Amino acid sequence: MHPAPSIIVFTTLSGLGYGLAAVLGLGLVDPSALATKVAHVLALVLIAAGLSASTLHLGNPQRAWRALSQWRSSWLSREGVMAILTFVPLVVSAWASLFEGRYLPTVGIVGTVMCMVTVYCTAMIYASLQSVQAWHTKLTPLCYRLFAIAGGFVLAAFFALCGGGNGVAMCLLALLFLIAAWVAKVFWRRNMLQAAPLSSPESATGLGNIGRVRLLERPHAMENYLTREMGFKVARKHAAKLWKLAFAAGGVIPAVLMLALLPLAGGPSLFAAMLAGLAVVFHLLGMMVERWLFFAEARHAVMNYYGG
Amino acid sequence: MTSLPSLPTPKKLGLVIDLDVCVGCHACVVNCKEWNTGGYGTALSDQDPYGVDVSGAWLNRVHTFEVVPDGGEVVGEAGDARIVHFPKSCLHCEDAPCVTVCPTGASYKRADDGIVLVDEDMCIGCGLCAWACPYGAREMDLAAGVMKKCTLCIDRIYNETFEEADRQPACVRTCPANARHFGDLADPQSAVSIMVAERGGVDLMPEQGTRPVNKYLPPRARKPLADSAPSLPLAENTDGAKGFFAWLDGMLDRI
Repeated sequence: MHPAPSIIVFTTLSGLGYGLAAVLGLGLVDPSALATKVAHVLALVLIAAGLSASTLHLGNPQRAWRALSQWRSSWLSREGVMAILTFVPLVVSAWASLFEGRYLPTVGIVGTVMCMVTVYCTAMIYASLQSVQAWHTKLTPLCYRLFAIAGGFVLAAFFALCGGGNGVAMCLLALLFLIAAWVAKVFWRRNMLQAAPLSSPESATGLGNIGRVRLLERPHAMENYLTREMGFKVARKHAAKLWKLAFAAGGVIPAVLMLALLPLAGGPSLFAAMLAGLAVVFHLLGMMVERWLFFAEARHAVMNYYGG
Repeated sequence: MTSLPSLPTPKKLGLVIDLDVCVGCHACVVNCKEWNTGGYGTALSDQDPYGVDVSGAWLNRVHTFEVVPDGGEVVGEAGDARIVHFPKSCLHCEDAPCVTVCPTGASYKRADDGIVLVDEDMCIGCGLCAWACPYGAREMDLAAGVMKKCTLCIDRIYNETFEEADRQPACVRTCPANARHFGDLADPQSAVSIMVAERGGVDLMPEQGTRPVNKYLPPRARKPLADSAPSLPLAENTDGAKGFFAWLDGMLDRI
């Protein structure tokens, strides 16, 4: 599948934003601290930036409002509806922290749950497509949610160490969810690499009972929408390299930094905050590579007609 | 409304494509583009149409496959491999995944005849339906920013100002080999249903669970070319030449 930059930005930034908002909704940090207030604003900015990026690849973005209508059948529509509804508790929580220095438990928890539901809907846009076998697994929404929570805790650890509250708890939880997310992702990738293909050129053409089927000629000399959109391939050697990069930057480095921060995280310190900030940067870069591979490595059933 | 019709549609209009007959001339491809660029919806645009990197939206394309039987050899024309030309357009699936993923309601399946259509005024051009289709039946029109697909020539088949013979999809009407047939696959007495029953028509990728309406008739069994012509004369050899050719052979040898 073609890894469109707008979709990679959309899923990583909104995932990170919802993760941070979900963590803030738990009320584990001091709502009156300046760092927490900034965190609330950042969560909303990340979500808004991600959602606006997602409209960039539309052919007719001026009609995007129509996408809210088919929530009964379409995960994309559900995602849109949930994204808008989730803004309500998140904005209320942010307001309470920013202007009243208060944490509202009910609104906070409702916001946390809705954040997770929204990220689930985002993942289901891809997981619901049987035509892309690698995505069509329950592990896809699990990975999306765990990555969102892990990213949320890494960011929350940074803000806690900037003066928002208990850094130890945040670092520990970040470490825990980083490990959980990457374990799930390793299973997801193994499933993608080892599963027998659901469809083949034989089943795609119905000619399998005659013999082995091979594409002799494409229907056209040049690329078309389908080969550009569905046929994007990444060389195996590069995929392996990029996977290691994503794993190191998105998982190992932030996890090691979180572990290293545990003895320093008792109170706010500039050095600890800088280390946590570094973890955030690495995690974000790693997630971008992970999301790029999520698209670039996935094979679409239509490629059985194109010899790919 | 992008939920599929709750009941099976009373009619299942669709195509039956005979892979034994298709000669791969691409006439259906061209006539489809010709008709649909001026018919339902916006024109089917091309990008860089006269340049080196030409591409565009087409609703029907012909692929060509080589099929090698088990143990078969690929040796030029005398080998066992056979070439199958394979036209592909929307299969108007009963469980069309392209319809249910549509976030706007632009993509829908008609409850009365089962045709899958796109309402272009509602389409936002997100491309998710093209991702959901395992067959590659949908292509984005990059000029209009809306999704394009086979309409089964809805503006021909119900057009009463046309002669009866012309109330068929453009691809069917134009096929010089009669490899494409149009009809109601819900009616067991229709010509297309009888054809499917007699020839063992198949679904493409049944494992994807889409239940396509269009059916493909597999190529008829064929004996190897070598069996049909066991003693093909070799160009280097004039053994067994008789009469005039024996005389000519002798004369030319002497020159």
